[in-house]
This record gives sequence, C-alpha cells and structure tokens, in this order.
Amino acid sequence: MTRARILGRRILASVFSICLLLVTADAALAAKPAASIPADKLIQPAEVAAMLKNDAAARTLILQVGFKSMFDQAHIPGSEYAGPGNTGAGLQVLRDRVATLAKESPILIYCGCCPWSRCPNMAAAYDALVELGFTNIRAMIINDNFGTDWVDKGYPTTRP
Amino acid sequence: MMRKGLFAVVATLLCGVASAMKVGDVAPDLERADLSGRQVQLAGHRGKLVLLNFWASWCEPCREEMPAFSRWQTTWQANGLQVIGVSMDDSSDDVRAFLAAHPVTFPVVMGDAQLAKSFGGVLGLPLSYLIDGQGRVIARYQGEASLKTMEAKVRELLSVPARGAEKRSR
Repeated sequence: MTRARILGRRILASVFSICLLLVTADAALAAKPAASIPADKLIQPAEVAAMLKNDAAARTLILQVGFKSMFDQAHIPGSEYAGPGNTGAGLQVLRDRVATLAKESPILIYCGCCPWSRCPNMAAAYDALVELGFTNIRAMIINDNFGTDWVDKGYPTTRP
Repeated sequence: MMRKGLFAVVATLLCGVASAMKVGDVAPDLERADLSGRQVQLAGHRGKLVLLNFWASWCEPCREEMPAFSRWQTTWQANGLQVIGVSMDDSSDDVRAFLAAHPVTFPVVMGDAQLAKSFGGVLGLPLSYLIDGQGRVIARYQGEASLKTMEAKVRELLSVPARGAEKRSR
C-alpha cells in the first residue's frame, strides 16, 4: 500500500471520528423533558423540607441526579450523588446505587441544575428507576434552580 | 415549638454564611487557563465591562445564549467589552466537543465547586454577571434571562446606541 493511500485512510478515519464525536455530542443534548414525569410522582421543595424534620427522611434514599459541581457546592443533608442522569455513565452510577434495594424502597430524586422545563437529568433518572422496577419514587420539582428554590428559601442545606 | 426553633438554628448553621454575589459586590478574582491554554484573569480586564457567564454544555438555555455572547464579543470588543465563559461541566471533554461544534469568540475556562463558591455559589444555570471597570457587579442574570434586556444593559454601559437609534442615525 502506498504512503498516499495510508495517509488518505488515516485522514478519512480522523474525519469519521470527529463527525461521530459531534453527532454524539448533539445527541446527548437532546434530553427527555422533566415534564414527562407523572404529576402524582412530583413533590414540592416545601414538602421535602418538612419531610426532613421527621422520620420519613431517614427511611428515604435521597439522590441528587444532576451535576457533581453543583452537588459539591450544596445539597440536601443526607442526600447522595448519583448522576448525571443525562449520560449513560451517570445512569449507571444511579443503577449501581440502588442495585441492592428492595423495589418498594422510598427513593427521592432531585436536580435543580436549570429551569424544570429544561432539566436534562430528571426524566432520564426517573425512567431508569421505573425500568428497574422501583415503585416508590418521588421527584422533587424545582422550578428555577436549586439555589433559588431550595437554598434561598432557607431549607436545610449541606455545604461541603 | 422548641423543635421548630432547633430546626431553624440547625438549618441556619448548615446553610453557612455564603450567599450569592449581588449587585454592588466586588467580584473575586478568577485566574485560570482557558481551554486553549491561555491564561485568563478577571482582574486583568479592569477598565473594561466584563460579561462573566457561567454555563454548561448540558444546559439548554445556556446554549441558546452562546451565539449572542459570541457576537457581542466580536462587535463590542473595541468598545471595551470582554466576555468570559466559565463552564460548570464536570468534564472538559464535553466542553471541547460542544465548542468544536459551536465555536465562540471569547475565552472559556473550566469552573468547579471551589470557583463557584468564591462567587457565592453557582447553584443553577445559566448565570451571568456584568462587572464594571472597577471590578464591581452591576447586574446579575440568573436563569432564562431575556437577551434583549441584557443587550440593552450592555449597550447602555458601553454607551453604544440602542438598535433603533443606530438605524435612525444612519
């Protein structure tokens, strides 16, 4: 095989890789809307804050399914990081965390990365839990973001 | 009653003292290499109007703002505007992939929890600050802000005529 052919093949392979990268990046951007989560599975921040004052919180696994940089700044006391829901790797973290739990275990998920209608994580995380057979899932609805709808309201917050 | 009081005290303690940076505050310095390796320093832009934009490739409203910010940087750089992007993505690979498909004309640095905390927290995107030549915050835009409103403010601060006025003066 001539040098020119080898070079040509390498260029073609590089172009293909770049195109694949771009297509993958754009595909990751198209997320299912949080509005697809059934209304009866939603819970308001005020209800969650009230829940933290009683034993229900101790029985509920609270998972932040958004982004690590946000969880590392502030999160609900006792909650764990299991995301982000918008990537396969993030969903696997979520699946691994709940792998040994009974299917009726209460699980609360939240994000708050951006306005609810634009959140790329919540629907994917909710769907993943439903697919695994969990029957007691609640999703905290955060209209604007975690800062505005939780921290600024004075609800309990852990700042690592 | 006592239980409620205790709850409030614990909540306050857990919340700590950090609060979002507001208008009038002096912005902390930011010094990091951008994605192309060039050093970016916020304090190095004293005398200019800085639009500091916290964004992420996964944030749809952020992505919608990017082309406008990129255009403003090109159009008003000579008028003293400097846009600086701070990505809150967990991985720079995601940012590079996004910017390869959607290039911008301003520097982008990677943010993290520590940097975000120094700005009073970035607990929701998009989040943008307008910072004046003395390093003071003069506007804060959280969430899906109106680009028209932001543009009008930028024009006002740069003393660039409003769109209608530009047309009338031609």
